[in-house]
Amino acid sequence: MNHAATFERINVGDPYNSIGLYEAPQDALNDVRSAVTQGTAMNQTATVEQVRVEDLHKSYGDNEVLKGVSLSASSGDVISIIGSSGSGKSTWLRCINFLENPTSGRIVVGGKEVGLTRNRKGDLVVADPKQLQLIRTRLSMVFQHFNLWSHMTVLENVIEAPIHVLGLPKAEVLERAERYLERVGVWNLRNAYPAHMSGGQQQRVAIARALAMEPSVLLFDEPTSALDPELVGEVLKVMRSLAEEGRTMLVVTHEMGFAREVSNHVIFVHRGRVEEQGNPKEVLVRPQSERLQQFLSGNLK
Amino acid sequence: MELFDFQVITSSLPEFWRGLLMTLQLTGIALLCGFAGAVPLAVARVSKNRWVSGPVAAYTYFFRGTPMLVQLLLIYYGAGQWQWMQAAWEAGHPVWLLFREPFFCALVAFGLNTCAYTIEIIAGAMRNTPHGEIEAAKAMGMSRFKALQRIVLPSALRRMLPSYSNEVILMLQGSAIASAVTLVDITGAARNVYSRHFAPFEAFVFAGLVYLVLTFLLVGMFKYAEGRWLVHLAPRKATKRKEAA
Repeated sequence: MNHAATFERINVGDPYNSIGLYEAPQDALNDVRSAVTQGTAMNQTATVEQVRVEDLHKSYGDNEVLKGVSLSASSGDVISIIGSSGSGKSTWLRCINFLENPTSGRIVVGGKEVGLTRNRKGDLVVADPKQLQLIRTRLSMVFQHFNLWSHMTVLENVIEAPIHVLGLPKAEVLERAERYLERVGVWNLRNAYPAHMSGGQQQRVAIARALAMEPSVLLFDEPTSALDPELVGEVLKVMRSLAEEGRTMLVVTHEMGFAREVSNHVIFVHRGRVEEQGNPKEVLVRPQSERLQQFLSGNLK
Repeated sequence: MELFDFQVITSSLPEFWRGLLMTLQLTGIALLCGFAGAVPLAVARVSKNRWVSGPVAAYTYFFRGTPMLVQLLLIYYGAGQWQWMQAAWEAGHPVWLLFREPFFCALVAFGLNTCAYTIEIIAGAMRNTPHGEIEAAKAMGMSRFKALQRIVLPSALRRMLPSYSNEVILMLQGSAIASAVTLVDITGAARNVYSRHFAPFEAFVFAGLVYLVLTFLLVGMFKYAEGRWLVHLAPRKATKRKEAA
């Protein structure tokens, strides 16, 4: 896997540290480092690779949107994918659960390589529909425009897939739904219809819907980009708390604050390539590439 | 002469009653059969495979492109033109004999006609399913059939209600042409009364009133149905809501 990104899990012990790690005095830094090594050692036994993407290409006709991108996410990883519009970051995420069909590349989900075959257009599709369904139930997606089913109430939206896709008994699913709707703070709206709610509420329902599948990885496709500025906070708060309880998340986002403070790895995509990646506290504070410097000077809040 | 002779109406109420039953049976059965056929055919109509959607498109084009009266006359009078049909009649074939019955012919014509319109109404609603909702269904691991069964159809069948209520009302009015093949529906009863009493005004005004009442009931039914199944698209009611924390 020469193209694959391997993460240096530098600050696993304290990924949400808000103290100025790099300005810290030497001995404090050493303390942190020893905590980190311990944490890493502990984590390595518990860490399981959940999803790996290798050398992914995607073209629309002559237009190559992704030119060989790779990533690997282990349990507990929160990876932010950033980049300007049109850089291919959303396409990348959508290729992982095959909402878009990549042109070439490998994808490994839960340690199992996804068996691919070419369709008539020459794109790669999952050979076995059963495996496709399995991948999609293990990687739950939250969309930019929420995409709740408009004819169903909040509760119906959340219990739909666990009952009709996973085939779980209704009583169990209702318990789950209550737990997750409480978790994102919209249990009181369970009988409302999506159109009668604010964007922030809808997005939190969409997160509960994704959680109710109890997936191994949560995929977020610009989850706050369609929200009014004052509603962004409530969704980010939920996402941050999910990260803190150790969920594996791939987040395509424009929220630099989230990328910096919540994720433990950040990937900057530019014109279909990974331009720079690493620990957000390094990459976003001291960007090496000129592209990322430009991007951040226009973006960083 | 009085302006409106109620005697004409009261004396022929039984005839109007039988006409009403005839109209209700014809439109009711035709609508039920038409709808039952329209759901699977609408799914075929929106198929990307032209060999599947093409025949359905041809069918709806033909039945929407010609008057229902022509279709009715074609089925009732045209069936006997075929040699094999006549032979089947003489042999006493149980199915083909039905084509000598005006009631059956009217049912076939009305059913095929309303089915064609209903297919296009459902197919249109299916095409208008928000793309994101289908994407979400896929992303949650639903197969195409599952997404159709759980998301696309339930959503489309709700959103079609307002236009389908139009189709039902048009079908009720359209059933008036049944009298062209000797059936005595409401219009047929009015015609009989007219020729018996030479009272066109009374007969047709009363027939019109009956259709008006039926339409009023239908509109009420659809209003109820929309209140029940289309609330998710209605503006939010002005009640106090508990805000999320």
